Amino acid sequence: MTKTNQQHIISVTVENKSGVLVRIAGLFSARGYNIDSLAVAETEDPTISRMSIVVKGDEKILEQIYKQLNKVIDVIKVQDLTDEEHIERELVLLKVSTQNSSARHEIIQMVNIFRAKIVDVCRKTLTIELVGSKPKVDAMIDLMKSFGIKEITRTGRIAISREASKEKQT
Amino acid sequence: MTGARIIVECLKKEKVDVIFGYPGGVVLPLCDALYDSGIRFILTRHEQGAAHAADGYARASGKIGVCLATSGPGATNLVTGISTAYMDSIPMIAITGQVATHLIGNDAFQEVDTTGITRPVTKHSYLVKNTGHLCRTFKEAFYIAKTGKPGPVLIDIPVDVQRAEADFHYPEKVDIRSYKPVYEGHPLQIERALSLIEKAESPVILAGGGVITAGASEQLRMFVEKTRIPVVLTLMGLGSFPTEHPLQLGMVGMHGTRYGNMAIMETDLLIAVGCRFDDRVTGKISEFAPHAKIIHVDIDPASIGKNVPVEVPIVGDARYVLEQFLSNCPKTNTKQWVEKIKEWKEKYPLIYKDSEKLKPQFVVETISRMTNGEAIITTEVGQNQMWAAQFYKFKHPRTFISSGGLGTMGFGFPAAIGAQVACMDRTVIDIAGDGSIQMNIQELSTAVSEKIPVKVVILNNCSLGMVRQWQELFYGKRYAFTCLKEKQPDFVKLAEAYGAAGYRVSKKEDLKKTLSRAFEHSDGPVFVECIVEPEENVFPMVPAGASLKEMIGGLA
Repeated sequence: MTKTNQQHIISVTVENKSGVLVRIAGLFSARGYNIDSLAVAETEDPTISRMSIVVKGDEKILEQIYKQLNKVIDVIKVQDLTDEEHIERELVLLKVSTQNSSARHEIIQMVNIFRAKIVDVCRKTLTIELVGSKPKVDAMIDLMKSFGIKEITRTGRIAISREASKEKQT
Repeated sequence: MTGARIIVECLKKEKVDVIFGYPGGVVLPLCDALYDSGIRFILTRHEQGAAHAADGYARASGKIGVCLATSGPGATNLVTGISTAYMDSIPMIAITGQVATHLIGNDAFQEVDTTGITRPVTKHSYLVKNTGHLCRTFKEAFYIAKTGKPGPVLIDIPVDVQRAEADFHYPEKVDIRSYKPVYEGHPLQIERALSLIEKAESPVILAGGGVITAGASEQLRMFVEKTRIPVVLTLMGLGSFPTEHPLQLGMVGMHGTRYGNMAIMETDLLIAVGCRFDDRVTGKISEFAPHAKIIHVDIDPASIGKNVPVEVPIVGDARYVLEQFLSNCPKTNTKQWVEKIKEWKEKYPLIYKDSEKLKPQFVVETISRMTNGEAIITTEVGQNQMWAAQFYKFKHPRTFISSGGLGTMGFGFPAAIGAQVACMDRTVIDIAGDGSIQMNIQELSTAVSEKIPVKVVILNNCSLGMVRQWQELFYGKRYAFTCLKEKQPDFVKLAEAYGAAGYRVSKKEDLKKTLSRAFEHSDGPVFVECIVEPEENVFPMVPAGASLKEMIGGLA
C-alpha cells in the first residue's frame, strides 16, 4: 500500500448467501470507489464464497475499503494480496476477425507463442482462449487489435496467496 | 407453532416490552399474535413516527427499540427513521412484512425490495424465507443491533412465513463467525496513548455519542477529574459529561462555544472518545486542531483515520478503554492550561442578547432552570436543536435526544413519545420549531390515545429558521421558501382538535407561568407555542467549510 492510485487485488471471503454480492457492490458505489473487476465463486467450503476484487486507490482509500469491507456482517476475511506473494490469473475469450489466410496464420502463431488456445474457428473469425496474468492478457489483446477484435469477454482477475496467507493487520 | 407466534416468543425472549408500529395486509398474522401477547403495541399514526419512537425509546433507555410496519409503503415510510438511527448508531429492530414468498419479484401489491432499499442504512438485514429460520434470525438480529457499533437491523418476513408452522427453539448463544466486535483497546496503543497524555501540556478530551452508547459517563468523569483534562463535546456527546462541571467546555463545531472551539485550535493533544469527526464538528478539516496529536478511541475501525490523521488509533469500546486508561492513569499537569481556558470562558461566554421580547434562547434557559437539568430533551432539527444544545444544562447521559448525523426534521416529537414510554417517571420535552413539528404532527393522536404526557415546546419564529439564517448570512437575505408567516395553523387549536392541551405565550413575563401549567399535565401531551423573535440567529457560527477559528457572532 504505497503508490497513489495503484491497482490492488483484494481477496474477500464471505458467507455464501444471497444478497452478499449486492452488499459489497453497494458499499463500493455508495462510497464512490470504482471496482475494476470482480469475480465471485464458491470455495472449498460450500458455505463460503471468495470474491476477488480489483480496485484502484491511494493508501487512504484502500484503508477505508479494507475497513468498510470488514464492517459488513457477512464478510469473514479481507486480504489485500497486492503486496503479498500471490498468483494472479485472468481468463479472456477473444473473437478476432480473420480477413485472409495470412492473417489467420499470423494469429495462430501468436496463439502458440502466448500458449493460448483456439477454441472456435469460423470462416471469418477465430476465438481464442487465453489464461494469464494481466500484462500477458493485455499484451495479447493489444496485438490482436491490428487484426480487428470483434468481441472480448474477460473474467476479471482472481488471485491466491502463495503460502499460508498472512492476514493483514490494521 | 406458527411463524407469527414464534416471532412473539422471540421478542419475549429478548425482553421486548413495547413495539411501535402500524398494521397492514402482510403483517396481519403477526399483529394477530401480538394482540393478546402481553407486549404493548403502540399504534403510531405514520410508520416514520414508529421508527423515530423506537429510536427515542432506545436512546432514552439504552435498550433496543422495536418498530413494525407492513410491506411496500409501510416499509418505505420506515426508511427515514431507520436511516436516522443508523447515522447515530442506535440499536433498533425494524420488522417488516413482505408479500408471500411465491409472489416476491412479481411486482405484487404493496411489494418493494425492502432489504434492498434499506441495505445502505441498516447495520444488517434479513429476508426470512423459512419459518424454521426465524429463531436464529431474531437471536442474531438482536445481538448485532446491540453489540459493537450498534445500529438498526431489519427483518423482512413474508406473510406465508408468518403463517407456516415450525418448532420454537430459541438459541442460547450466538456465534457469527464473520462478526466479532472488539471491546478492549490494544495494550500497546493504550500505553502509547498514556505516554502522550503524560507529556501533553494542553490536552483536551473530545467526547462523542460513543461515550453514551458505551455507558462510559462515570469513567469519563473519573478520568477527567484525575487528570484535570478539560472536555469538549460533540452534539451527540451532550449529556455524557455535566454541563456545569468546571472542566466542561460545551459543544464544539459549527455552533460550538467560542472557548470550546478555541481549545480545539490550541490543544497539543486531542483525546477523541466515541466520535467520528463529522464535518459539522471539524469545520475545515485541514485546519482542524492544527497543533494537536490525536488519540482516537472508537469501536468502529472505519471511523478512525477516515477524516483526520490519527497518532494513536484505539479500536475499542469507550468504557473499556477509559477503564484501561484509569487503571494506569498518568500524572498530568494541566494547571496553566485550565487557567487559560477559564479566562476564555469568562471572556467569551456562551451568550445571547436578551431583550424585552421573547427570545428562543430564553425559552430554553427557562426550561433548563425549571426542570433543573433533569428532563429528557428531544429536539427537532434546525435552530431549535442548536439552541437546546447550547442553552439546556444537561446533567446526565441519555437526556439529550436529537438526530445528529442525518439531521431529520420531524424526529423530536415521535422520539419524545418513545422516550416517555421508556421513562414514564421523567419529564420529556420536545424542543421544536414551527417547521419541524409539522413533519410528524399526526403523532399527537398517538400521544393522546396512549396518554403519553410529552411536552412539546414550539419555538415559533414563523420561518424555517436555520435555512433562513443561512439565507440571511450567505444568500443576500433572499428568503426563498422559508417564510411561514400567515401560512401556519393555529397550534393551540390544532392540539385541542387532537384532544391535547395547547398554550400560547408571546410575552416574556408569561413564559414561566405558562410552562409550569403545561408541565403539570400528566395524562396526555401538551403543546406550548412560544411566539419568539423571528430574526434571532444561532451564534456563534462557523460558516460551512471554514476553520473553527472563523467564528462569527455571539460576542458580548
